[in-house]
Amino acid sequence: MSTDAIALPRTELASRPVVDALHEWVTTVDHKRLGILYIVYALLFLVIGGIEAGVMRIQLVRPHNDFVSPQVFNRMFTMHGTTMIFFVAMPLVFGFANYLIPLMIGARDMAFPRLNAFSFWLTAFGGLLLYFSLVGANGLYGAGNAPDVGWFAYAPLTSRTFSVGHSTDFWTLGLLVSGFGSIGTAINILTTILCLRCPGMSLGKMPLLVWLNFVMSGMVVLAVSPLTAAQLMLLVDRYLGGHFFDTQAGGSAVIWMHFFWIFGHPEVYVLVIPAFAFASEIIPVFSRKAIFGYPVMVAATICIGFIGMSVWAHHMFTVGMSSNANTFFVLSTMAIAVPTGIKIFNWLATMWGGKIEFKTPMLFCVGFLFQFLIAGLTGIMLSAAPFDWQLGNSYFVVAHFHYVIVGGILFTVFAALYYWFPKMTGRMCDETLGKLHFWLFLIGFHLTFDFMHIPGLLGMPRRIYTYEPGRGWDIWNLIVTIGVFFQALGTLVFVANLLWSYFKGKAAGNDPWDAWTLEWSTNSPPPAYNFATIPAIKSRRPLWDLKHPDDPDWKYE
Amino acid sequence: MSPTNIFAPVSTSAKSIFGLSIFVLAVTAAIFVVVFALLTYSVVKFRKRTNDDGREPPQVYGSNQVELAWTVIPVLIVVALFMATARVIADVQKTARPENAIEVIAIGHQFWWEYRYPALGVVTANELHVPVSDPAHPTPTLIKLLSADTDHSFWVPRLAGKTDLIPNHPNSMWIDPHQTGLYLGQCAQYCGTQHAKMLLRVYVQSRDEFDRWIQEQRRPAFASDAASRGQRIFETTACINCHTVAGTVADGRFGPDLTHLMSRDTIAAGATPNTPQNLRLWIRDPEAIKPGSLMPAMELNDQDLNALTAYLETLR
Repeated sequence: MSTDAIALPRTELASRPVVDALHEWVTTVDHKRLGILYIVYALLFLVIGGIEAGVMRIQLVRPHNDFVSPQVFNRMFTMHGTTMIFFVAMPLVFGFANYLIPLMIGARDMAFPRLNAFSFWLTAFGGLLLYFSLVGANGLYGAGNAPDVGWFAYAPLTSRTFSVGHSTDFWTLGLLVSGFGSIGTAINILTTILCLRCPGMSLGKMPLLVWLNFVMSGMVVLAVSPLTAAQLMLLVDRYLGGHFFDTQAGGSAVIWMHFFWIFGHPEVYVLVIPAFAFASEIIPVFSRKAIFGYPVMVAATICIGFIGMSVWAHHMFTVGMSSNANTFFVLSTMAIAVPTGIKIFNWLATMWGGKIEFKTPMLFCVGFLFQFLIAGLTGIMLSAAPFDWQLGNSYFVVAHFHYVIVGGILFTVFAALYYWFPKMTGRMCDETLGKLHFWLFLIGFHLTFDFMHIPGLLGMPRRIYTYEPGRGWDIWNLIVTIGVFFQALGTLVFVANLLWSYFKGKAAGNDPWDAWTLEWSTNSPPPAYNFATIPAIKSRRPLWDLKHPDDPDWKYE
Repeated sequence: MSPTNIFAPVSTSAKSIFGLSIFVLAVTAAIFVVVFALLTYSVVKFRKRTNDDGREPPQVYGSNQVELAWTVIPVLIVVALFMATARVIADVQKTARPENAIEVIAIGHQFWWEYRYPALGVVTANELHVPVSDPAHPTPTLIKLLSADTDHSFWVPRLAGKTDLIPNHPNSMWIDPHQTGLYLGQCAQYCGTQHAKMLLRVYVQSRDEFDRWIQEQRRPAFASDAASRGQRIFETTACINCHTVAGTVADGRFGPDLTHLMSRDTIAAGATPNTPQNLRLWIRDPEAIKPGSLMPAMELNDQDLNALTAYLETLR
């Protein structure tokens, strides 16, 4: 196998009318284009969700502020949470999985290209449906009405008694539709990985990213299904006179919590395992070393997958479960710290003795390592049920899960974007702008989310549109809000960088990072069929073997 | 100091939570220091130098001994943390009911708290009064938690961890405050538009003061002729659909009991001090104090408003 045999000279097409190009993007079944569609779609929603967060932070900058009404504030946190989880994080995860998995396993496309397109458009439609509530749900004066039940939409606030009009229906249907999209893509990823690997790629020789996305997809199938069921039950309650969650008629509000969190907690791992996947590809390349303890990394991920399905009720320590149930969920939740810790140590060992090059993707990964360490430790605090009786539903929890989702997941997504942007577009991202983005975002992140822990410890609950003075919360909320402006500035630099680099960035070549996995053996961007000839591999790092024929990996694995 | 600081406990369960918190914080802080130092060291030490020779570093694929070490040590830490946690859960949740406990039923409503003392025949709202509990001779309070509508959560950080009030799912919790004083908190489970102004005030009083308060709350409402016009307005408008004034025709349950309204320091679930001006504004335009609250504006003219306010001012 040689690089030349796989890569084809780039064919330049004559420029075509915009409508034709657009038509191709809308009707495409190519995994790479769908991957990019997912990512662009998610980035658009990232900006919208960010603006919603900004509105909340301006409102909370001082006690008794009246920047927005309580009604608007409640819609903002509902839309922010729902958007960020379902229409930013999930599409980003699926976008990268779609783009990278066939390239990394030496396949020409996903197993079910048309299902792939269908799933993307379902997800896209779900997001549009959610935001259509701003027009379609009956509100005041003919204007619409976004849902205001919170992203976990506890019963019975979602019943027709307490949520009149249709905003909750848009929320339910939006998630129902995009949930089908998620399940479709997850099945597609599972099948692709099981059936389309190139010759020589046994399960034990797959890149870690592929392994981790395999576990992620399995979890999506198991976790999104109960959410879908719960959404249907809620619709039955609202329109067909059902009483699943109707507490006035003997229904149970607690059952909704179980349904939601048996989706909701695995969902955290659905999002963070792909973040681990990015780190597991990027850290080795920029440390110039093979990943340390590959089999252990795989085992730890599978472990997280299984245990992650049995920790959901740690979101419910305050609902009055028996002491036995509380104790069980303490144990299962604490147990997750072990495989997660193993991962951090393996990344650490991968860097140990390497030659670390701090290009932008690696900077974001190092930020991730430090921040995920802290997120894990505050997670341990919350897993101790009695401590959670104080911390649960306070700003401490808000700080904790933003540490996971922003400090962990978003940082690695940024790393992944900088790392694979050259492959997707054929052009390098600008390093100076990239580093500026990193430092601005890092400062903003820490101003916001480090200091957000403190009002939680001082008794400030989440989801309040205003607060009383004299509780010692004022100064911390001010600092938290200041941090948001740094994050927004960093995001502006990021968007500018993407646009500038897309048009003006310097040509990337096939393998700008001197990396080792198969996607770097083909053109940037890859042709529609990915590989001229299907590659055959002998180790986990086929391009290392190629570059070091005297000392190939397959001798050691 | 913050009046809602979780690290300033004054009640047994809050104290045992505090003890566990310190243990967990100490363990996680130790882990943080070690791993943070290792990460920082490796990032600094193994960065690519400017005089690098361009050769790849030695490739290391893993080590079973090392993996075993950083599996076993975390397992031991988790076991220790789990044991400590399980013990506190049992301590707090399995406490037997003491003989002399005072029982209060707390009912969460969309944006206010109803408190009933069934054994003492007292009903009040938003300001909970309990006796101080001397650790030597404890007089704890058992709070049964119910909800009339959506989910709420009872959280007074210095007295106890939070417990949710869920319709059709009765809960309960203990408090035994060791110091007199006013303890603040607020609803900690999103319950609708005005979740933010569903504030909690717990007055911990000496036994004598508490008994006196109970005596006053059990008296019927004070009636005076001066207020009769206001009383007539109260009893002939929608007020009585939602509010109770014991001993009169007003027996609504949807809103707070007003029998001893003037014994309370605040109105609108702690949103504003209970002054005649605020009370008048609250009746005229509740949205001005608490937008989204379920109390409607009563649309009274100024004279009626003044008379009604004067009547409410007599409910001591």
